[in-house]
Amino acid sequence: MRYLPKSPAERQEMLSAIGAESIDDLFSSIPERYRLRQALNLPGPFSEAEIIQYFTERAGENSRGYTSFRGAGVYNHLRSVVTDAIIQRGEFLTSYTPYQAEISQGTLQAIFEFQTLMCQLTGQEVANASMWDGSTATTEAVLMAERITGRTRVLVARSLHPEYRDVLRTYAKNSGLQVEEIPYNASGNLDQKALQSAIRDDVAAVVTQSPNFFGAVEPVSELAEIVHAAGALLVVAITEGVSLGALRPPAEADIVAMEGQSFGLPPSYGGPFVGVIASREKFVRQMPGRLAGQTTDLEGRRGFVLTLATREQHIRREKATSNICTNQALCALAATVHLTLLGKEGLREMAQQNLSKARFALAELTKVPGVRRTFDAPFFNEFTLAFPRSVKIVNSHLLREKLVGPVALGTSYPELTKHALVCVTETTTRADIEKLASALQRALEQPL
Amino acid sequence: MAYPANYRYTNQHEWVDVKGDVATIGITDYAQHELGDVVFVELPKPGAKITVGKSFGTVESVKAVSDIYAPVSGEVVEANADLQNAPEKINSDPHDAAWLVRVRLGNPAELKSLMDAAAYEAFVADKGKEASA
Amino acid sequence: MNRRIKKAFRHTSQNEGLIFEKSSPGKRAFELPPLDVPSVDPAEALGQNHRSEGVEGFPEVSEIEVIRHFTRLSTWNYAIDLGMYPLGSCTMKYNPRVNEFVARLDGIATEHPYQPQELSQGCLKILRLLEQCLLEITGMDAITLQPAAGAQGELTGLLLIRAYLQKQGNPRKKVLIPDSAHGTNPATAVIAGYEVENIKSESHGQIDVDKLRELVTPDVAALMITNPSTLGIFEQRIPEIAEILHAKGALLYMDGANMNALAGVARPGDLGVDVMHLNLHKTFSTPHGGGGPGAGPVAMKKILEPFRPVPILVEKEGDRLALEPVRPDSIGRVKAFSGNFGVLVRALAYILAYGPGIRQATEDAVLNANYIRKHLEGVYDLPYSLPSMHEVVFSDAHQKKNGVSTMDIAKRLIDYGFHPYTTAFPLIVPGALMIEPTESESKEECDLFIDAMRSIAEEAASNPDLVKTAPHSTRVRRLDEVGAARKPILRWDPSREEADPNAAKHKAKHKHLEPTPVIPTA
Repeated sequence: MRYLPKSPAERQEMLSAIGAESIDDLFSSIPERYRLRQALNLPGPFSEAEIIQYFTERAGENSRGYTSFRGAGVYNHLRSVVTDAIIQRGEFLTSYTPYQAEISQGTLQAIFEFQTLMCQLTGQEVANASMWDGSTATTEAVLMAERITGRTRVLVARSLHPEYRDVLRTYAKNSGLQVEEIPYNASGNLDQKALQSAIRDDVAAVVTQSPNFFGAVEPVSELAEIVHAAGALLVVAITEGVSLGALRPPAEADIVAMEGQSFGLPPSYGGPFVGVIASREKFVRQMPGRLAGQTTDLEGRRGFVLTLATREQHIRREKATSNICTNQALCALAATVHLTLLGKEGLREMAQQNLSKARFALAELTKVPGVRRTFDAPFFNEFTLAFPRSVKIVNSHLLREKLVGPVALGTSYPELTKHALVCVTETTTRADIEKLASALQRALEQPL
Repeated sequence: MAYPANYRYTNQHEWVDVKGDVATIGITDYAQHELGDVVFVELPKPGAKITVGKSFGTVESVKAVSDIYAPVSGEVVEANADLQNAPEKINSDPHDAAWLVRVRLGNPAELKSLMDAAAYEAFVADKGKEASA
Repeated sequence: MNRRIKKAFRHTSQNEGLIFEKSSPGKRAFELPPLDVPSVDPAEALGQNHRSEGVEGFPEVSEIEVIRHFTRLSTWNYAIDLGMYPLGSCTMKYNPRVNEFVARLDGIATEHPYQPQELSQGCLKILRLLEQCLLEITGMDAITLQPAAGAQGELTGLLLIRAYLQKQGNPRKKVLIPDSAHGTNPATAVIAGYEVENIKSESHGQIDVDKLRELVTPDVAALMITNPSTLGIFEQRIPEIAEILHAKGALLYMDGANMNALAGVARPGDLGVDVMHLNLHKTFSTPHGGGGPGAGPVAMKKILEPFRPVPILVEKEGDRLALEPVRPDSIGRVKAFSGNFGVLVRALAYILAYGPGIRQATEDAVLNANYIRKHLEGVYDLPYSLPSMHEVVFSDAHQKKNGVSTMDIAKRLIDYGFHPYTTAFPLIVPGALMIEPTESESKEECDLFIDAMRSIAEEAASNPDLVKTAPHSTRVRRLDEVGAARKPILRWDPSREEADPNAAKHKAKHKHLEPTPVIPTA
């Protein structure tokens, strides 16, 4: 086997040194009757070429050759080949959590740079070294708010990503949190009147997403005023990080929970991505996850260490701020490299292209007879449309023209059947958009 | 470091200095030595009630969190705010500047079960013997 | 230079500041294709929500500077690709490069979780095959691939137990956890709404079965055990332990962190385990990447199947696969989308490379651990003498006499060209040296490691200060962790005085700095 660096003679030599007659002697502590007598029924062994062939065949059974207009929490953005070249360096790829600071300065400094970039993007004061993804980061932000406020009611925007709400509910079930939904208004934004009537001094956190699941940009500072007046914390979830190249940062939020997939990570059928929690300095001891900090060595040189570890499970055990341990470090590194490549100008330009293409798409698609825009709130690169017929039927027509049409909203929002969520990024060409518009027109003209 | 003769001590290594009905509470030199460099202290706010034998705060070193147990019951009248920015005082001056809280005594009779300086010193010396045995 | 330091030598270590310190306005490392639609003015489109200035402080550098910056940083890391990484309970094995290649294929990395399922059959087949392989390896009946890491797998497993017990009318109150357990176990139990009760190990380091029998009351929902335990010892009475729990209606959870000792040799399902998680970033070689990503699939017995997180992968007519979003008894979602798919792809590629030969990997892992044990026994104290599986735990009792601790020895190992073993864990061994070589080490590398450890033991006796001030060969020396925790600097901020490395120099302290413990992750 090519991954195993021992010859049969070396194995024998090592067994002799141990004083064992056969390898079975080393497994003598497993009761005889539980030891497997026959080989496992597994496919393989495969050579490298066979492995590549297997996955290439599977890749061919997926969506290659189709153009997609779906986002909804996972976005297609340009990625430089430089990012993968860096994160595939063995020193980053095959190293462990940087507990041994002296031989992990590369990872530690990169995390410190990641934390800095996340603060700059979100307008917050501290950010952690990563969470599993945006959905678990949002849940952890709520748990953090519960610890800070000592309150247990949580108001969640119905316009928060449906799967993020699902994850929050799973975690909330056994932690004594009461989760209530706040509706959206006719513009697609969180309904401030409904929020005002639901919020009381027993609310730990109000969770909103901006741009929200419908693509609508939320007025974060207005929401913060309402939330803070009740002594609660405002949690802002962000699924589309590129929006921060054009949007004011949610600086008035108390905790920002972000999905960083848009920063150089491929969609990869839903993961691995990178979650971020950013917050105010005064709340840092209630934060979950690892933190890298700057310090000096014996000789006064700048260096980095994992710090404030007493918050974490390996020290505080059942009293820890979270059970998170393994995080998404390599994805955080990818995001760091990607954002460094993009830089200030690159991110601004990427955001501006998303804005421009999405507006072009909105204009083209609403020219199709019967198609209208659902909400009128300001948006970034996603918007919702109402069709005169079922989105499912429309999409099955589009599929025949090699187009993956917009996400149908009816599954998660029964009140929005016939409504669909369109996503357009800088990777979508004008020709793609024009093709979608004409195919949509044909789809709507088809007899039922 | 000498253990002040006018203080009372617990077997959890807290000291109490009583003036009138107010007790000042801290941790002993032995305790700070065992903890190592203190990096953070979490204390109750004024008005909080503490109960004898129950944890009322924590002291953190880089790799450990230790509870501080109340030597007496009472209501917190003041917490040492200096420690938020200078937790290292617990290491350098545990018996004086690094007091943790001042408490209005709820049940002065509780003081009777605490050790005096001589008894505590003997208690700590015994600990040292255990460790080297 | 010490002639017994055979594996390593110093090489040039480039100086490199923070990327922000290299920034200069107008430099770029990335260009976009020209916009092919009418340009929109963001101020007009977004009004008061617009950020007009771009992100304040963001770096402005060129492509070559980005490459050099991160390449220089990378050279400051130790890695499996450089040599043995014997972290106990972490299973730092070789990460095959073909796994990286296939995870990046067009048609794999490019797939969107919300694309139609008829365009996702390739992805779903990958998930299905991985499910089948992991079920075969664990001997369980059902599985979920959704959890993002071991700790989330633990939570999922406990929520399954809770849902199952709830369905019978009472979720119960407590979870029993041995004192040798990983810290995620108690932290997770609390999130699942349980109180934690610790069980002390008996004198050989095994679960105290008699004590357990007393502790399993009708309040106990489950026992969480790690097998082999964190001492690297197989829990021989595990079938009996399962019976004790089952007789009282409680379930047995197994932390699969140490599955590298069992794959192909014994199956937890046959041992009476009801539910377990696997750390694909340990046993199944997906790269640790400096701390993640991982994946923590949870395998279970039939009785827990109805409670699995949604969506559920099902087979439809005509070989078609589908993800079903609704199950009435499901615990719900634990993570958005379909798990860490890219990690799952790598794990499957790893399993396919071995096939049934995965047993050979397990055998080699156990062979290496026992070979190292044989050669270090006596030189280092062995607190528990039962047979070792894939890892061996020594203590620093002999070296402690000269004031040398496990952490000092670990730091000195760096000078010999190795990554340290796990220190300060498991908690039941004071001064633990937890060594897990994995199957990826040749006899030659094991011999070098043994020689290094013997040499350090000699140094600890003859020149303890040399060991206590190690490492001596690294880019930075022991770091001031106390200062880092007292006045945390968690981001670059040029307005702060501490941000300046030259200013920091004056504040250097000359004292013996305590090194950090190394703890296994989940």
